[in-house]
Formats: sequence, structure tokens, C-alpha cells
Amino acid sequence: MEKLILRRVDRNYEEMVLNFGPQHPSTHGVINFIVETDGEVMKRAIPDVGYLHRSIEKIGEATGYPGFMPFTDRIDYVAAMFANEGYAIAVEKLLKVEVPPRAQWLRAISCELVRIASHLIAVGTMTMDIGAFTPMVHGLREREEINDFIEALCGARLTYNYHRIGGVAFDLPEGWRDKVLAFLDRFDKFLPEFDRLITFNEIYKKRLAKVAVVSREQAISYGLVGPNLRGSGVDWDLRRDMPYGAYPNFEFEVPVGKGWAGAVGDCFDRYYVRCLEMKESSRIVRQALETIGQTPEEIMAKVPRNVKPDAGEVLSRVESARGEMAYYVVSDGTNKAYRVRARTGSFTAMSIIEDISGGLMVADLVALISSLDVVAPEIDR
Amino acid sequence: MTTTEIHDRLKARFGEDVGPLSEPKIDAFAVVKRERIVEICRFLAKEPGLELDFLEDLTALDWPKNNQIEVVYHLLSYRHRHSIVLKVQLDRAAPSIATVEGVWKTANWFEREVYDLFGVTFEGHPDLRRIMLPDDWIGHPLRKDYQETGGYHGFSNVRENPLVELKRLDDVRRAEAANAAGGVDGPAKA
Amino acid sequence: MATVTLPKGNPRTKLLVTLVVALALPVILFGAVLVLATIAKPEPVAVFVREVLHHDPATWPFTGLVYGVAAGLLTFMILNFGAVVAAVTIWWEMRVSSRMQSRIGYNRVGAGGFFQWIADAVKLLLKEDLIPADADQLLFRAAPYFVFAGFGLIFVALPFGESVIAADLNVGIFYVTAVTALVVVGILLAGWSSNSKWALFGGMRSAAQVISYEIPAGLAVMVPILMAGTLSMQGIIRAQGAWPWQWFVFTNPAALVAFVIFFIAQLAESNRPPFDLPEAESELVAGYLAEYTAFRYAIFFLVEFGNVWIMSAIAVTLFFGGWQVPGVAAEAYEAARGAGALPAPAWWGLQVASMAVFFVKTFLVMNLVIWIRWTFPRIRVDQMMNLCWKYLVPGAFATFVATLLWQILVARVPVASTVSGVVLFVGALVALVQMLRLAKQNVEAGGDQVDLSNW
Repeated sequence: MEKLILRRVDRNYEEMVLNFGPQHPSTHGVINFIVETDGEVMKRAIPDVGYLHRSIEKIGEATGYPGFMPFTDRIDYVAAMFANEGYAIAVEKLLKVEVPPRAQWLRAISCELVRIASHLIAVGTMTMDIGAFTPMVHGLREREEINDFIEALCGARLTYNYHRIGGVAFDLPEGWRDKVLAFLDRFDKFLPEFDRLITFNEIYKKRLAKVAVVSREQAISYGLVGPNLRGSGVDWDLRRDMPYGAYPNFEFEVPVGKGWAGAVGDCFDRYYVRCLEMKESSRIVRQALETIGQTPEEIMAKVPRNVKPDAGEVLSRVESARGEMAYYVVSDGTNKAYRVRARTGSFTAMSIIEDISGGLMVADLVALISSLDVVAPEIDR
Repeated sequence: MTTTEIHDRLKARFGEDVGPLSEPKIDAFAVVKRERIVEICRFLAKEPGLELDFLEDLTALDWPKNNQIEVVYHLLSYRHRHSIVLKVQLDRAAPSIATVEGVWKTANWFEREVYDLFGVTFEGHPDLRRIMLPDDWIGHPLRKDYQETGGYHGFSNVRENPLVELKRLDDVRRAEAANAAGGVDGPAKA
Repeated sequence: MATVTLPKGNPRTKLLVTLVVALALPVILFGAVLVLATIAKPEPVAVFVREVLHHDPATWPFTGLVYGVAAGLLTFMILNFGAVVAAVTIWWEMRVSSRMQSRIGYNRVGAGGFFQWIADAVKLLLKEDLIPADADQLLFRAAPYFVFAGFGLIFVALPFGESVIAADLNVGIFYVTAVTALVVVGILLAGWSSNSKWALFGGMRSAAQVISYEIPAGLAVMVPILMAGTLSMQGIIRAQGAWPWQWFVFTNPAALVAFVIFFIAQLAESNRPPFDLPEAESELVAGYLAEYTAFRYAIFFLVEFGNVWIMSAIAVTLFFGGWQVPGVAAEAYEAARGAGALPAPAWWGLQVASMAVFFVKTFLVMNLVIWIRWTFPRIRVDQMMNLCWKYLVPGAFATFVATLLWQILVARVPVASTVSGVVLFVGALVALVQMLRLAKQNVEAGGDQVDLSNW
């Protein structure tokens, strides 16, 4: 059977039709793009997703509420902590449970560390897609340390299952706080080094400047979220504008794209916003680690073993590394969710590609994909 | 602006076509009339003072009991930081509704997903294809009564529990060992 | 900082073996090239036959045979030499890059992983030679030969030392430029015959890139030619002095610019980052190499790395005084040769010294190429064209004209070239010191220490 997507391709054979994926080094997972090109210049790139669809939402209807938590990790395995957090908050809202302060602090600490790790992957792979290999390795080196910390905290390096309904699974291990603070001291020096190495490299800037500009209106209309939205100049961060958890207690800036390399909303802005966000995350972790001693020791609220919320529905939002992650959970009063829906940043980011890919070069498509920081499982779920 | 105020303005403009705000169990929603969804959405997105410019989510719920499929719209305003949830109830046998792709571009893919997984047709959608599943997939998996067809083009989508297979191999080996020993040390289990 | 832990076994023996091979291999190869390059020429053979065997070569039937066998051996040795040079370049590049990326890098096969290239080559030899069903079989098979021929032929005119050159053609540099172009033919064939869209993209990019950059490279090469007044590789080297301030790159301000242009153009011609567009892994998967496997792939790979060494060698020849040993005048070689049929030991010593100088210089330039590869991102295809046609080509023309004027000036005021040489050399030294200082500063700003001990 002919794929329906091919009916959309202009068949006058003047252009070359290229399958950019599903196995391609720059698609960051299993994504396909049907690219119509005239030489190096693309007419458009039509994304074809779904290769990683694991029907996680359907699974959410089959498992009990707490049992779904490990599956949320698989929604976004580059920054699984946020997927945990979003789901936990949604069910807590349904149950009307108040999370103890220490758990909220721990959530903020773990999430911000994972945000740094995720952004390191994002900027690192981006530099690699642009052709520089060394910065990525440097990024991964720092990320390894964060993975070590998270492993010490919850026993897992990638799929954490750390946040639980009503709190978090474990308290800080001994000596962890000082080690993380020492790491952050080093990490704050790493960021300027990274900038010297690649961000302000003239070739790198020229490759990204004014490429794939997403205007403010487009970004909002296409539902871009997180760093992609901020890269287009929209000053919006859920942590500050619709605060949840421990975030109202911390001071941090929200970096917004300013057209550092040319135009607001180009690939460089989306990239650099992430670089600046890492710095802010480091600030937040530092503040949280300094104040966590003042919170009472309790890390779990009282949640019944058989989680059975009243009928109702709720939308929870968290600011994940890839922007707003929303869980829409509907309960029908039984111990299994009637519907679990995860709204993810990569899905909407992916949908904008067809519209803005016209006239770009093949090399720019690579820059565009990585600047949007799409993670394939998060698109398909 | 609170959700109630948004709802009031909506009510004032569209009258009976907008249902009452649900009893605020947790998140309140308003059921609106299917035929007017595009108008309502455009009003909410463009009207000064409301400007719900961000379609946060568009999904659906399947209620076989009521023979309904509900399409759910989550709207948020960046400027005013308020939000509202709209729902439209559709006939489960032939669910169909106008697309809001003209209001928010992001609805394009959300609606494709709902079409794929719930089988809701969006009239006027520019590119209504399945998004997650192959084009020739049968059925809409997120419907409550979805039954797996048992395979796709000859590929089975069920798999024997690996433990069962391992146990079988174990049994075979044990039987062989027992045979080799000539059944001296006790009766061999088949 | 990660510390290198030697694998179990007997590291001392391993180190010894590695050292022995790492020293013996170049000695054998260099020695063979040195001896063969000297005797594989009609005149020395004739002299040898006349004086040692007391025969008249004119009446002796086997002179041609001896000469032919020696030439064949020389070809074989030079090809081996090329392969080993390419392989060791790979090893060195991997060590340097892992150092830059705080990785350990090669460390399994031999001490410091020195024999990794042998292991890799053996592995690739044993792999299946896949040819896509829809590929143009003949062209697909032929492409690596073109590439390898283009690579091997360059060695004919490379001056390794004072007398160590297979053939000192009077159009040497012209010949080198010409045979380099064979590599493009191979790449284009590979791209086209693979019948893969990615490979086609790679091949086309490569053609566009290499042919464009031939122009600035060719024009930049004209600068040393103008200064030396000859196309012969040895002639160009002999026209320069041994001391840094006598090198062409410093004796003429325009030549410095020409060197930069030549260097960039050569990077582009050998498909090195930031000009690795033809095989851009993140864009074109592997470009023209996408369908190649096994030994055919190995050949492409070998040539790519071998070309790094060759481009460094050519740059050294044209701009950095080639094999010239400081303190040894041109006449000293003649004097040391003696009157015998075979040259005296002192002469051989001088030859070895000149080869050593050549290799050290080449190695330093090669290091620069490696640094560039592991720090710079790739440029885009339109930027690549812009750079070539809008900046490098006019720049190369300008240096060409400037050199003409400079030569007129030098003819009237001979001291000008010495002044320029000294001033530019001191400037280069200052720049180098500044660079090292900056590097140290940056390392320390990151909370690290300059540490060269951990290899």
C-alpha cells in the first residue's frame, strides 16, 4: 500500500524526494522526514512520526494510578523526572493531597539537575549536528556526573521513578548535598568554557543565525513551549508564571531570545536560551540545597495504598526541559484512571517543521531539528 | 480573569450554545455546541480581554455508556494567565466536528492524533491522516471497546510469555536428563 | 581527570614491543625509501656498474633490469610508506582528539593503542565486500582505485630529503596539483555509482567543493613559484633558507597570506573539517562513503587521512623551507658526498637529518590540522562557496600581484626580504606565546591545571 504521506509529495520529478530517516544520525531517535529538495535547497520537509508509539496513554488506563509512574519515565527518557513530576502532581490534585515541603524541595532539586542534564544533551547534540564533536563530549562528561548524583539519589540513571504520588521515594543520601554543591561550583565554570569553545565560534554562529526563524505569533499558534517558545521572544515560564511545588521560594531569571546572532527566534536563540537556562537551574539547585535543611523531615504525604480518587478531571502543568508538559487525567472513581493524556513539547515542536522548512538547506534542517530539541519518544508516546 | 468570568462572557455572546460550567470538582469545563465550535474558539482566541491564544491541549474521551465521544479543548492565555476547558459531545457512531486548525495551527497535529486514536473526523482539516499508526491500521486504539486484530500484515502483535517458553525448555531438559539416567533416581516428570 | 590504566598482561613487554616497532617501522621504511630513491635512478646505477663491477653499462645487458627492479621496489615501499603514514596519522589524531575530549582513546592494542590501526585494517580486510544490487558495479568497484592512485602518485614528487625524492620533476608542484584531482574523480564515481541519494549528495558536494578550491589553492601555490622561479619541488625548497626567517612564509608578507589561503583551500580539498561537507555525518549519513564496506571503505579512509599528511608535507615544502637543515649549506651535501661510486657515510647522515627536519615540520603542521578538526563546526554549503569565490579567490589574486611587486622590490632592495623575514618571524613567535598563554588562562579559568603528563 502506498503511504498516504507520499500523496502529498509533488510528483513532477523535478525535485528529489529524500527519506531523511527513520534511521539517520541527526533525527535523534526514530523519526522520518520526507524531504523534497532541489539540490541542496529544500522545498519542504514533511515529518512522519509514530515509529516509537508505544500507546503509553492506553497503558495508563490499564494500570492503577501508582503503577503508571514507571511508564511515565518512558515518555521522555532524556528528562524523565519531569514526566514523573507532572503525573504525580495530576494525581495529587485529583486526590487533593498536599505534598510535604521537603518532598517539594527534593522534586525541585532533582528536576533542575535533570534539566541541566537534558539541556547538556540538547546543546551537545546540536553542536555535533553542526559538525563539532568535541563540545558534545564535554557536555556528556558533565552530564555523567549528574547521572551519578541522580543514581545515588534514586538508584536509576535514566528512568528514575523517583517522584511518587504524594511525595518522593527517597531522601537525600549522606554527603550528597556537599558533593552536588562542589559539582555546581565546577559546573558554573564549565558554562563559560563551553561558550568559549563553541557558542561564540564564528562558524557556529553563522550556521545558526537567521536560520529557521520562528516568529512570536507562529510560536504561540503552533503551541511551541519551553525554550523553543522563549527563544522566539515570548517571556513565559510556568515555574515563574504559574508556579507549582517549591519554585515560588527560589529566585531565578527566565532567559528570553533576544536575537543574539541576528533574528529573534532563529536557531541560535533557541540554542542559547538553553545555555542560559542551565545557569539558572544551577542557581535554583544551589538555593534549594541551601534551604532544604529548614524543612521537616517528612517526604511522603499520607496516600492510601489503593489510590482511588473521586470522579473528576484535572490538568497538571510542569515546565519540563522541553517546555510545558501537561497531564490530563480523568478519574471515574475507580482505582484505574479513565484516561491519561500526556501533552508534550516535542509533539508540537515537530508540527512546526513542515511550515518553516521551505527554502532551508538540508544542513539547516539538521540545525532546525536539533534546535527544537525534539526527543522521539516524547513525540510518539 | 477567572474561569467563571470567561464562561460568563462566552455565555453572553453565544447564549444557549454554551452549556453551564461543570460543577468545579477540580477543573471546571463547559460543554459547547458542536456546530459552533469554530466560532467559539475564534472568539475566545481573538476577543480582547480573553485572548486565549494558546491551545494547550486537544484530546478526546470515549464514553461508551453515554454513546458519546467528547473532544476536549484546553485553552490558556499567555497575556492574562487564565484558562478554560471546552468540551464537545459527539455521537460515538459517526463522530465528526469542524477543525479549529484555522484558529490555532497546533490543532493540525492534535486533531490528527484524535482522528488516529479515537476515529473522530475533523471536517475541513487540511491533512487528515493517521499520525501514530500506519495508514491501514484497523480500529482506533484509545476507544474503550478497541480489540486488537491479532496482527498487522502477518506480524503478530501478541507474544508468548517468555517465562512459559523457558519453563517448557526446562522441562524438556529435565526429561532428557531423567531419561539419560535411565529413570533410576525416581520417576521422570514429563 | 581520568587516569590511563594499562590493561592486564605484561605492560612492560608490550611497551617494549610497541617502542621497537614504532621505531623500527619508520627506520626500515625511511631507510628503504632513502636507499631506493638514491639508486633507482639511471646515473647512480650506471656509475655503480662502471666503478664497482668494472663493466661498461653501455655493453651490459642488465642495467635496465636493475634499474627497473629498484624502481618497482621503490614504488612498493613508497605505497607502504603512504599507508603507514596514513595509519599513524589516524592513531595520532585519535590520541590528540581523545586528549581534547577528556577521553582515554586508543589504549587496547599495544602501548597507547599504537597498533590499533593494524587491528582496524585487518578487521576491515576480513569484512564482506558488499556491493549494492542497484549500484553501477564497475564504477563502484573502480572508485577506490582512482582515489588510491591519486594518493599514491603524489608520493612520486614529494621531497623527503635533500636527495630523497623519487623523481624531481621540473614541473613537480604542477604534477602534484594535477594528480590530486584524481581523488575527486574517485569520489564523484563513488557518489554516482552507489545509486544512493546520500552518496550522490556527497559526490556532488565534493565535486563542487574540490573544483572550486583548486583555484585559490593553485593561485596561492603561484606565490612560492614566483619567489623561487621554478616549478620543481626541490628547486622551491633550495630557494628558501634553513632558518625560519628565511622561509618563504616569512620573507614575503604576501606569502604569509598565501599560506593561509593555501592552507584553507587544502583543508577543503582533502575534505577535512570544517569542510567535511561531502561526508558530513550528521547531514548526509556518510556521504559518498554511505554504501562502501570492508577494504574499499578502508581505502577511502586511508586516503583521507593520508591526505592530511600530504597536505602538510606540501605546505612545508612550499612555505616552510622543506627539508633544509639549519646550518647546513647546499654545498655541504655535495662536499660530503665524496668522489666514490657510492656516497660517503657523512652524506647519508646529512640525508637522514634532512628527512628528520622534513618530518618534524610536517608533523607540526599536521597537528594544526587535527586541532582544527576537533574544534570547529562544519560550514554550510553556501558559506563554503562564498568563502571560496568571494574571499579566497580574490585574496589569492591579490597575493599573486603583491608577490610580483615584492619581487621587483627585492630585486632593487635585497635587504627587504631579510627584514620581512625577521619581523614576521618574531611576530609569529609572539603570537605563539600569546596563544599558549591564552590556552593556559582558559584552562585555569575552568578550574583545571595545565597537565601534559597524562598520556
